[in-house]
Amino acid sequence: MNDLNRRYGDASIYSFLDACRLKVGNLLPVFLMLPLFGWSGTSAAQTTAPDQLSGKLVVTGASTLAPLIAEIGKRFESLNPKVRVDVQTGGSSRGVADVRQGLADIGMVSRAMKDDEKDLHAFAVASDGVGILVHKDNPIRALTDEQIIAIYTGKITNWKEVGGKEAAITVVSKAEGRSTLEVFLHYFKLKNTDIKPHVVIGDNEQGIKIVAGNRHAIGYVSIGTAEYNESQGVRITLLPIDGVPASTKSVQNDTFPISRPLHIVTRTAPTGLAKAFIEYAQSKAAYDIIAQQYFVPLAD
Amino acid sequence: MTSSHSNILYRWPTDDLLCWLLRGLAAIAGLVVVFIVVFLIAETLPVLSHVGLERFFTDPSWHPAEGFYNLTPMLWGTLFTMAGSVLIATPLGILSAIFCHYYAPPILTRPYRRLIELLAGIPSVVYGFWGLVVLVPLIGEIHPPGPSLLSGILILTIMILPTIALMADASLANVPQHYLRGAAALGLPRWATIRGVVFPTAKSGLFTGVILETGRAIGETMAILMVCGNVVQTPSSFFDPIRTLTANIALEMSYALGDHRAALFVSGLVLMTMIAALTMAAEWISRGRIYG
Amino acid sequence: MAEASSPTHQAREWLASILVWGTAALVTATFCWLLGDIVWHGLSHLSWTFLTTSPESAGRRGGIGPILVSTLLILGVCLTVSLPIGVGTAILLAEFTSDHSLFGRMTRRSLDVLAGVPSIVFGLFGNAFFCKTLGLGFSILSGGLTLACMVLPILIRSTEEGFRAVPANYRLSAAALGLSRTTTLVHLLLPAAVPGLLVGLILGIGRAIAETAALIFTSGYVDRMPESLLDSGRALSIHIFDLSMNVSGGDANAYASTLVLVILLLAINGTAAWLAERGLHRRIVTV
Repeated sequence: MNDLNRRYGDASIYSFLDACRLKVGNLLPVFLMLPLFGWSGTSAAQTTAPDQLSGKLVVTGASTLAPLIAEIGKRFESLNPKVRVDVQTGGSSRGVADVRQGLADIGMVSRAMKDDEKDLHAFAVASDGVGILVHKDNPIRALTDEQIIAIYTGKITNWKEVGGKEAAITVVSKAEGRSTLEVFLHYFKLKNTDIKPHVVIGDNEQGIKIVAGNRHAIGYVSIGTAEYNESQGVRITLLPIDGVPASTKSVQNDTFPISRPLHIVTRTAPTGLAKAFIEYAQSKAAYDIIAQQYFVPLAD
Repeated sequence: MTSSHSNILYRWPTDDLLCWLLRGLAAIAGLVVVFIVVFLIAETLPVLSHVGLERFFTDPSWHPAEGFYNLTPMLWGTLFTMAGSVLIATPLGILSAIFCHYYAPPILTRPYRRLIELLAGIPSVVYGFWGLVVLVPLIGEIHPPGPSLLSGILILTIMILPTIALMADASLANVPQHYLRGAAALGLPRWATIRGVVFPTAKSGLFTGVILETGRAIGETMAILMVCGNVVQTPSSFFDPIRTLTANIALEMSYALGDHRAALFVSGLVLMTMIAALTMAAEWISRGRIYG
Repeated sequence: MAEASSPTHQAREWLASILVWGTAALVTATFCWLLGDIVWHGLSHLSWTFLTTSPESAGRRGGIGPILVSTLLILGVCLTVSLPIGVGTAILLAEFTSDHSLFGRMTRRSLDVLAGVPSIVFGLFGNAFFCKTLGLGFSILSGGLTLACMVLPILIRSTEEGFRAVPANYRLSAAALGLSRTTTLVHLLLPAAVPGLLVGLILGIGRAIAETAALIFTSGYVDRMPESLLDSGRALSIHIFDLSMNVSGGDANAYASTLVLVILLLAINGTAAWLAERGLHRRIVTV
């Protein structure tokens, strides 16, 4: 924590001046802005008192998790008025990189930890399922795993072949590196090179809007997001996997086969403020926020 | 006119001071690009040193997680969307500026200009969102799957139109009035005046407008990402989905690690090289004829 | 040109008129569709409370008060830095260097390259340079500075055009009167170049206020009311992006936020135009 105060608080003027002298000696306008720093020191945090937590916690990482952690952070702030929780988004890899470099106290990672990330301390806060979805007008209400694999690898290209209408299938997949894609590939034992997509998407909402706007599309997105949209009358249908209906409920009781944990990570074993925040995020007190953001709390 | 201290003793120090001040400011502006290039090269060095630049153009596909780094299809994607949108937006933008100056009744001029100014500031995500829920399904009805090169070109055209329209508007405003009066005195009709008098006078501004809109077209990310389909392939028709270099960076950067991340920075570097080449080509073609 | 009234010329005039009016109609229709869509969906959620309260539940409920403040602060930083640099460089390029000098050509070329750098690269650069190297952290200051780099080419090129359009005899007359170049610049050229500067400003503000990718990595995502320029603050465009792409059920507030952005833009552009016209007028009168 102290390390952080030094970086963002009082000392920033000096490190800033240093950097200017070394790197950009003639960056005149930046110097002109210096007076603005006068009133910035006030927000710098003090050391932790034994009974009351205070300070600033920087959390960066996965965009999927960012709204959830920001909401948990807000409630944590209201319980501990001297605490500031700054949540930054930008992706799981950024969470890992920032924590390693000490730029952030806590990182957010929306997938299982990889083998080369064993140096970090990971804490699951919630989980999330990945569901297959089609347009509501599509008569198909179930597909076997083999059929899904055949569609995604381009062996089946028409809905007729799986019992639907005569129409070419539009395959919607996620961009390389996205956690949802990795979970999907892992479950169906595919490689990304095998997949023959017609549309590649980034975020979940984009996938839902594509499928809702194309009667012959098939895609996969985070279940919570899809369930919410379905309940709001967006024209999509979630398909069951292996006979298990795709819903946050089946993810919660661990029967749904495709799911991913959502982690927050730290570089060293957390202490003080970080520890208190992680414990709070994992506690039952945060369950209602998790459910509110359409994710699944770990277990009851 | 003015001023009390306009004698030879005062003139030189202020002018010198001004000149050096301006040079300092310009140096800062010029340095930004140097900083960015240095930053990009520093980020790409790890992958360039053990993969080599060549493989970014000769690998069989773009699957960075499995060690394939071919950028060529995305380079085509960027070029096609850029060329398409610039080709459509330039005449539209210039014609709309001409409308503002020489055709519109005075009462329409101001609201029309305000409208275009407004559009210059709408976030790309809004254009992308609109494209995703309105344009893409429409194209999907004509020829599935919908997200395609065509939708990319159309959205990009709408996005860069304000840039060229406003630049053209400003340069037309600068055509001296007596040129127009001279043309009118000769009995030239409207379009002939525009073609024969206005265009040659305003060409420098129009050219700058084209450069700026091209830059915007190449650099645009979010809207393109939402409407283009992002499949890495060289398109064979307007209805094929494509991925541009910028969309590639935005899509994968948030989850990329190690070589994959560095490879994305190579996309950025390639993009900048492309822009540098384009502007140099434009400058060479127009040598001596634009800033005349 | 001589026989301007021949049938082919008349046909050409007709064709041109149709084309010009058609273009204007097309552009207006497209943009009215787009704006209509925003107004239609956004208007019902717009209220005074929406403008002043903090977002709740990741922005699905509540308002955009702190986000509006952050946006204005970011824009303020951006313009404070980019205006002097931009106008200065433009003056140098248009008035103090010849078109064929190496310095002028290099600067102009590097600006053209800068104009095409994708915004996400600006974001990553800003993150590495302003946030890390200069130690500003995720802050409104980093965001504003990154945006300043981004709008520079637009600002410079269009201001330069403004200066270029000033007739050469202004300069010659001023020189003949023995005016210093500084005086010529301040009293003659600057007012005459205002239209170009104004367009640059409007395009620059537009680009800055619409920017998403560059700000995610620099000014950040925190939707608390900023206490200083070193605090992280979420810009309106990031809020819109997050609500429409990342937060399910955020569409309604995303539309309302977009509407606010449009209104904000209208106000800023209007003020800029008014200030420019007023400044121009006063200068000519008083001198």
